[in-house]
Amino acid sequence: MSDKEDSSQTVRRITGSEGLLLSLIEEGVDTIFGFPGGAIMPVYDLLYNYRDKLNHILVRHEQGAAHAAEGYARVTGRVGVCLVTSGPGATNLTTGLADAMIDSTPIICISGQVHAPLLGSDAFQETDVMGFSMPITKWNIQITRAEEIPSIIAKAFFIARTGRPGPVMIDITKDAQFAEFDFSYSKCEDIRSYVPRPTLNHEHLAEAARLINASRKPLALVGQGVLLSRTEAEVLTLLEKAEIPAAWTLLGKTALPPDHPLNVGMLGMHGNYGPNIKTNESDLLIALGMRFDDRVTGNLSSYARSAKIVHFEIDPSEVDKNVRADVAVIADLRDSLKELLLMINENKHPEWLNQFKSAYQYEYEKVIQKDLYPTKEGLTMAEVIRRINEQTNGNIIMVTDVGQHQMIASRYFTGRSPRSLVTSGGLGTMGFGVPAALGVKTGRPEMMVVAIVGDGGFQMTIQELGTVAQTGAAVKIVLMNNHFLGMVRQWQQLFFDKRYSFTELKNPDFVAIANAYGIAGRCVSKREEMDDAVRQMLTTDGPFLLEIMVEKEDNVFPMVPTGASVSDIRLE
Amino acid sequence: MEQEFTITAFSENSVGLLNRITIIFTRRHINIDSLTVSESSIKGIFKFTIVVRTTKPMIQKVEKQIEKLVDVLKAFSLCTGDIIHQEIALYKVPTEILTASNEVESLVRKHNARILEVTPDYTVIEKTGHKAETQELFDSLFRFGVLQFTRSGRVAITKGKEEYFTQFLKKLDNEKAKVEH
Repeated sequence: MSDKEDSSQTVRRITGSEGLLLSLIEEGVDTIFGFPGGAIMPVYDLLYNYRDKLNHILVRHEQGAAHAAEGYARVTGRVGVCLVTSGPGATNLTTGLADAMIDSTPIICISGQVHAPLLGSDAFQETDVMGFSMPITKWNIQITRAEEIPSIIAKAFFIARTGRPGPVMIDITKDAQFAEFDFSYSKCEDIRSYVPRPTLNHEHLAEAARLINASRKPLALVGQGVLLSRTEAEVLTLLEKAEIPAAWTLLGKTALPPDHPLNVGMLGMHGNYGPNIKTNESDLLIALGMRFDDRVTGNLSSYARSAKIVHFEIDPSEVDKNVRADVAVIADLRDSLKELLLMINENKHPEWLNQFKSAYQYEYEKVIQKDLYPTKEGLTMAEVIRRINEQTNGNIIMVTDVGQHQMIASRYFTGRSPRSLVTSGGLGTMGFGVPAALGVKTGRPEMMVVAIVGDGGFQMTIQELGTVAQTGAAVKIVLMNNHFLGMVRQWQQLFFDKRYSFTELKNPDFVAIANAYGIAGRCVSKREEMDDAVRQMLTTDGPFLLEIMVEKEDNVFPMVPTGASVSDIRLE
Repeated sequence: MEQEFTITAFSENSVGLLNRITIIFTRRHINIDSLTVSESSIKGIFKFTIVVRTTKPMIQKVEKQIEKLVDVLKAFSLCTGDIIHQEIALYKVPTEILTASNEVESLVRKHNARILEVTPDYTVIEKTGHKAETQELFDSLFRFGVLQFTRSGRVAITKGKEEYFTQFLKKLDNEKAKVEH
């Protein structure tokens, strides 16, 4: 028997609570985001003994714990862990679970539950955790017996991190936390009913290669699947070998180097002009780990009508869900790209590539230059992002909240490394930014972490400034303040006759709030102060709030209005 | 175009799975016409038989989303032509209608139904068949007075020699054997 087997097979009689913590340690967990309460107190009591092994971060609201775990998972590739109590503790996780589900983020949320005999009796702080979390988790389970804990934790980690990752919810009754059992641990490596890594179909792959080799106007669509499978290098080799221009989805952004000549920009509603327009001129879309979200495709009936579609995807249910694929290669991208690269011919598409360059030039003159180097008085969000790029050379992790600032950050941030942009894509969760940034900083303490937030979303989880202050996590928060729920206001301006129905905000003194938490801050409303303010933020030890008073009624362009074709992208 | 589909899904026996499956239909606003769950020919593996009316592209998406569930081994969407299916119906009628004339007796004969229990008060008739057939007998008995009526969900087997699922399990075993060698 090897040493490894020896350690995991040793039997010890302990409580369910201790078994839970030991199981987490067996899975390599060293960080937990959580909030205690009645039904999880036995676990918290034991956690006190394991402070040297498990770093518990006390959030101010369970939603913050879920987003922090998401941020942690996104940048480390590890599973983020949350620990909460029953009832409201568990329901407060809902938004984070839904966010992690739609953005394929591996987190495990553990909630305490009332004693098993009380289940279903509307006991104090009882809620149907299984019921409410079912549609927003990859898997969920309720534990009522201590001896189930190790095998279920092992299964949960296996499910959360393999295949298309996602959130797992585990509900543990209080009596199971107290009960004693004989602890032993072995990792889960196989579940009969679960196929995390589909077998590659070589015929489909050969057909995909044939289409790629024959294409005269190929366009690669790079999604988060590339980052999750860590195949950024393989994708780049593919693109370079066959000279294929590549555009990215919001979550796929940092899979490609920002200044690579084949990187033609962002897809979708607020993406770049070229990739949107050219989608409808391409003869082949090569979708790599993306799911043709409606924010990417616009009107489906006029989407990519002249293109064949090759869909590389690990989740079979995404194939033909929104867009019908001519060839689907259902496999882990790592498996398919490895073989695909051997079948792809070297190729050149200079004329096709030039069309993207002209499109970029057109967009630059119409939109980008005015955004990045404005000559008007009001400050633009884009010039703030430009200054952060300039001062950091893109060697930071940027986290965003949701709204106009998110789109601007995604368009203009020049993050150098894969996974250097963390944002809430599918769910579009306002309030994601600050707690996610806390999780990111916890997972990658060596990195400069900058959260870009708006004045709307910031106030949805502003209480997490308390967590930032208590942990001392050096999160830099850049608040783009326009006194509006900016994206909604933009839609009201463009599509609802400027009827600004409940989108204007009377805001507090944000710097004073930061200061009250013991966090340094500065508010800037003049262009000439910005460089210095960004420098001050980046060089100040610890967390910092930089509030920028931006133009109140700026809009994000380009824009594909909802229901319009990607060809009908508006530049103003 | 909407048509009738029968989805069969094979799963582990886990708490809440039925809910997970029905959520997929609920989200897409598809009404379930009939649902039957019971243990399959393989011990520990449960078979769901779900009848819905929807379009072919929709049923294909639903099938994949069901199969994606961690505890589901395999799901199939089948057209009516792919399956032999059956339902069972029970009819409780007053016994006096059988003694009053032989009309009910001839209905029982005509419909290939059978009598399960006779008491002085009531008689229970059983009929298996497609929904239309069990409905036809109900309609015929109606004027005599039906005390109780109940109909099961659909059970179905495929027309292929072997169940698709058995083929799937064999494939799974082969793949596993390949990995192990």
